[in-house]
Amino acid sequence: MTFFEAVLLTIVTAATPLVIAAIGELVTERAGVLNLGVEGMMIMGSVGAFAAAQITGNPYLGLVAGVASGALFSLLFAFLTLTLVSNQVATGLALTILGLGVSGMIGEGYVGVPGIRLLPIEIPVLSQLPYIGTVLFKQDIVFYLSIILVIAVNWFLFRSRAGLKLRSIGDNHASAHALGINVIRTRYLAVMFGGACAGLAGAQLSLIYTPQWTESMSGGRGWIALALVVFASWRPWRILIGGYLFGAVTILQLHAQAFGIGVPSQFLSMLPYLSTVVVLVIISQNRRATLINTPASLGKPFVPDR
Amino acid sequence: MKKLALSLAATAALIVGIGAATSAEAAAKTKICFIYVGSKTDGGWTQAHDKGRQALQKEFGDKIETPFLENVPEGPDAERAIERLARSGCAMVFTTSFGFMDPTIAVAKKYPKVKFEHATGFKTADNVATYNSRFYEGRYISGVIAAKLSKTGTAGYIATFPIPEVVMGINGFEAGAKSVNPNFKMKVIWVNTWFDPGKEADAAKALIDQGVDILTQHTDTTAPMQVAEQRGVKAFGQASDMIAAGPKSQLTAIEDTWGAYYIKRVHAFFDGTWKSEQSFDGLKDGILTMAPYTNMPDDVKKLAEETEAKIKSGELAPFTGPINKQDGTAWLKAGERADDGTLLGMNFYIEGVDDKLPASK
Repeated sequence: MTFFEAVLLTIVTAATPLVIAAIGELVTERAGVLNLGVEGMMIMGSVGAFAAAQITGNPYLGLVAGVASGALFSLLFAFLTLTLVSNQVATGLALTILGLGVSGMIGEGYVGVPGIRLLPIEIPVLSQLPYIGTVLFKQDIVFYLSIILVIAVNWFLFRSRAGLKLRSIGDNHASAHALGINVIRTRYLAVMFGGACAGLAGAQLSLIYTPQWTESMSGGRGWIALALVVFASWRPWRILIGGYLFGAVTILQLHAQAFGIGVPSQFLSMLPYLSTVVVLVIISQNRRATLINTPASLGKPFVPDR
Repeated sequence: MKKLALSLAATAALIVGIGAATSAEAAAKTKICFIYVGSKTDGGWTQAHDKGRQALQKEFGDKIETPFLENVPEGPDAERAIERLARSGCAMVFTTSFGFMDPTIAVAKKYPKVKFEHATGFKTADNVATYNSRFYEGRYISGVIAAKLSKTGTAGYIATFPIPEVVMGINGFEAGAKSVNPNFKMKVIWVNTWFDPGKEADAAKALIDQGVDILTQHTDTTAPMQVAEQRGVKAFGQASDMIAAGPKSQLTAIEDTWGAYYIKRVHAFFDGTWKSEQSFDGLKDGILTMAPYTNMPDDVKKLAEETEAKIKSGELAPFTGPINKQDGTAWLKAGERADDGTLLGMNFYIEGVDDKLPASK
């Protein structure tokens, strides 16, 4: 493996959980629900996946359990914000704090236990390609899933009838409701899809990225995923670009340090976040383009009877 | 509204009840309290302190009780948490993180009868002692081993924040390595966190990709050890024995064994000999221990054990001159040993570290 390939491989591993969690949140937000609990759902996915892999000895079952944990946990958010119409921002924040606490409690017995690594799947022929072969076709299943998810979500949102309905709810839930679309049910599903994706991202952390359980191991990746959705201005393809840009800057700053360039490490550590902010500022310069993609009902409560 | 008032009254009654219960118990048992910055199962720093607390509890049995608060963030919240413990009747409070320094001093002023002990800091008062561990002695041994084993002649160091404790560790490692191979190189990555498995793993990968074949970490999770195991390079564990994460990789680990210190101090408290001091114990006092030397040839193991024995007996001090600072200016003359004051405030690299020290504060 060349140096170039090794670096690319690290970038892919770092970017994959961001892309997955962000694409899930994108669907949730497209339906008009702002769920700030990504970090909490992600960490629930991590602990669920790790525990299931330990109990069954099968990392694939771990993956499934991670997805289920994320989805189930998001159900709590859905119930509170959609059925009981609580404030979405506050509930989302609470979900993150709750998730970090609950996962720490569940995972207490798993600290220091060696994890079970989900091994890469080699795709024949393609993995022999020079330069990109190892990086793109000798990967674990979650990486392939992340790419499939982006393609599928893009198709769903912009090419399918159900996707059109979901977007219409996000843009104006009152009109959608008047047209006879079941706003609450669709939003429940969208929130759970977001939760499932966050759970999958969390599972990637505890089964592939660093196969172990440590408290708060999501390390703020859920918040980055949230920023990526805005960064991508709610367009699925841009999630890929943003996720990989962020991953690349994160990894390259570490290499820059190891090469011994004389830039303060605090500045380098800041770079990924700084570049996200800069791109966000540039994007929001074009107000019209931003407004076209922003779900107009984002974060607004919907009560059909009122 | 009535309901609310009722539940408030019930809560108040409950609190009073708890308070009464604890004060009744306090008469029988002496309370020795702890404040943790992380979770007691973090697998690293805080877990090591909690093990120390358990050792203390075991030593004194029914004579004491050892309540603790975990996940207390450094900052304004810490002061409230420490004060809560002081007010609840703790005879001694151990505050186990560098960032608790100022809050500890502030609370100590208000509670002159309570004895406080602050880990790794440098501010004391009549009722505030500090304690620290000579981690750098372990780092020195690691450096010796690394220089013996490395084929590329380069080790990687995953560093956290440019505080004296960490800088001391890097210098200790470098000093040990240079005693074997004067041309030994070290690459340092500052991750600016104590605790982020993903980031630590990324740093480990970056270092290995750049030709490092021995890893050492100052961060708290086993992620770098796992990467080392996966990539087939060697590594040193931090704070706790990490052999489970790197059965084929771990050379040794610097284990924090605070229990020895806690027991010593609580004995002093009961004997009435407790006084404020700045404790700086090392290998010989048992406050840090080296995990078994594994995954290395016998001659290297022997050298490591000899080095450890020499440090314990005082025959060898890791920072003994001639040592220059990184910029080439003299620090220690030939045969001169570093004084504790300089070590505890260390803010410069010694010659040979291939990195620019980030300015602290």
